[in-house]
Amino acid sequence: MNESTRSEAPYSFGKRNSSSALYDRIFTGLVWGIGILVILFIVGLLFMLLKNGLPKLTWDFLYSIPSEIEEGGGIGPALFNSFYLLAISLIISIPIGLAAGIYLAEFAPNNKLIDFVRICVEGLSSVPSIIFGLFGIALFVEMFQIGLTILGGAISLAFLNLPMLTRITEESIRAVPVEMKNASFALGSTHLQTIRRVLIPVALNGLITGICLTAGRAFGESAVIILTAGVTTSGVMWDFNLFSPGETLAVHLWYVQSEAIVPDAQEIAQKATSVLIFIVLLINIVFRVPLWLNSRKTKS
Amino acid sequence: MKALIEIDKLNLFYGTFQALKNVSMEIPQRAITAFIGPSGCGKSTLLRTLNRMNDMIPGTRIEGKIAVGGTDIYSGEVHVETLRKKVGMVFQQPNPFPKSIYDNVAYGPRLHGIRGKKQLDEIVESSLRAAALWDEVKDHLKRSALSISGGQQQRLCIARALAVEPDVLLMDEATSALDPISTLKIEELAQELKDKYTIVMVTHNMHQAARVSHQTVFFLNGEVVEYSETEKLFSDPSDQRTEDYISGRFG
Repeated sequence: MNESTRSEAPYSFGKRNSSSALYDRIFTGLVWGIGILVILFIVGLLFMLLKNGLPKLTWDFLYSIPSEIEEGGGIGPALFNSFYLLAISLIISIPIGLAAGIYLAEFAPNNKLIDFVRICVEGLSSVPSIIFGLFGIALFVEMFQIGLTILGGAISLAFLNLPMLTRITEESIRAVPVEMKNASFALGSTHLQTIRRVLIPVALNGLITGICLTAGRAFGESAVIILTAGVTTSGVMWDFNLFSPGETLAVHLWYVQSEAIVPDAQEIAQKATSVLIFIVLLINIVFRVPLWLNSRKTKS
Repeated sequence: MKALIEIDKLNLFYGTFQALKNVSMEIPQRAITAFIGPSGCGKSTLLRTLNRMNDMIPGTRIEGKIAVGGTDIYSGEVHVETLRKKVGMVFQQPNPFPKSIYDNVAYGPRLHGIRGKKQLDEIVESSLRAAALWDEVKDHLKRSALSISGGQQQRLCIARALAVEPDVLLMDEATSALDPISTLKIEELAQELKDKYTIVMVTHNMHQAARVSHQTVFFLNGEVVEYSETEKLFSDPSDQRTEDYISGRFG
């Protein structure tokens, strides 16, 4: 034992002699500082993007037709297309993504082939989205020869959604404690019954978060849409025709910012930006409501 | 006592590891049989073969025969879902579903096709009464099952297992995670239930086995060393290893 430490009062519990306590305090301060900076940065970014457009928004802007030459164009058809394409792509990709995720979590054997499949899914979920646009062109424009359509755009968007939905579903289902599964099987349930009545309800938080993230990303997607659905709309609101061209809000934003010749292009771009950000935030909030209700029901 | 379960020369392999070696025994009907032995001796593994929960572990292989009520449960005609309705299980950690108390107990009957509200209400009440939990929760059936204490949750799991009307109740160290008072309540419960159900309990607490069971089986390294009436096993064991275990020389 070190003589010098033994000679001090044994119960004074003073500071350590090394610099580890100092490093700990520096680290804590650093983390706090960076955290606050990041929050300020995000708030500042949002503020900067919204301050020009948000005050000038009118209901009129939201549903009127864009104009090529004159002032005062709106974003009506593009906004409609954004929601329409999102809805169709989700209707296609959610069931398939859920089923694939459940397969990987519950049924797939543990061999090299399945490991390879997982790597592919993981890879596809981080590949640049323009790849799905090029795939969509090859499929719809060249093979099926239907040109640039809402249908092509929506299906390409569904392909974009699938890898992320599959991965998140698999992770969420795997995260359900195995004791729950055991309890259900021990009562004599079939695999489907356990999946429907225990695994999915318990994994629901994760599943909804996954759908929410996917929807937010798909809503703001532009590269895929430009290549498969085009940069124009049919010009009228509430056009449900799947074969019309399908410019979405994000694409319109790009178009107005870079190609348009109308005098108020800058202002339209700012207002469209505000609408885009606002809706993505809204999607996130709207999906939190069932999560909140669900957690209240199952809370201890 | 008549035997409900007959195990004949059972060998179980997890891949290349042999977890059960040549196990043969009879489990009497409407009585409590205790499986005792040190950790890793195979008692939980054997318990799980009785309701084929081992099927869920990939790489498991069985040789030999297990007959419940005369039927070989590993034969091709046996549907595992129906087997598990007759042979229920309660686990070491209470594992109620994150649903209401009512829905937990009604879960099993609903799986097997019972839908009528009145019928479910009756089943829920009788199961909770049988598990000695009814009086404590009868006014809170819609509350989350996670809001009650650990001992109550375990009794809820017992009620949930009883709701499908099994003949056999397997208890895999069901009181290990509970406080002494809850443990005592569940031991008393087991005494009451034995008149209607055949109970097999795995316990690492020898005193519990001595208190509660009629027949005790002592396992070591995947083999049955000895089994007999509880009183005889604890007062006059035939095998030296049994004697060593129950006097605490190992395990």
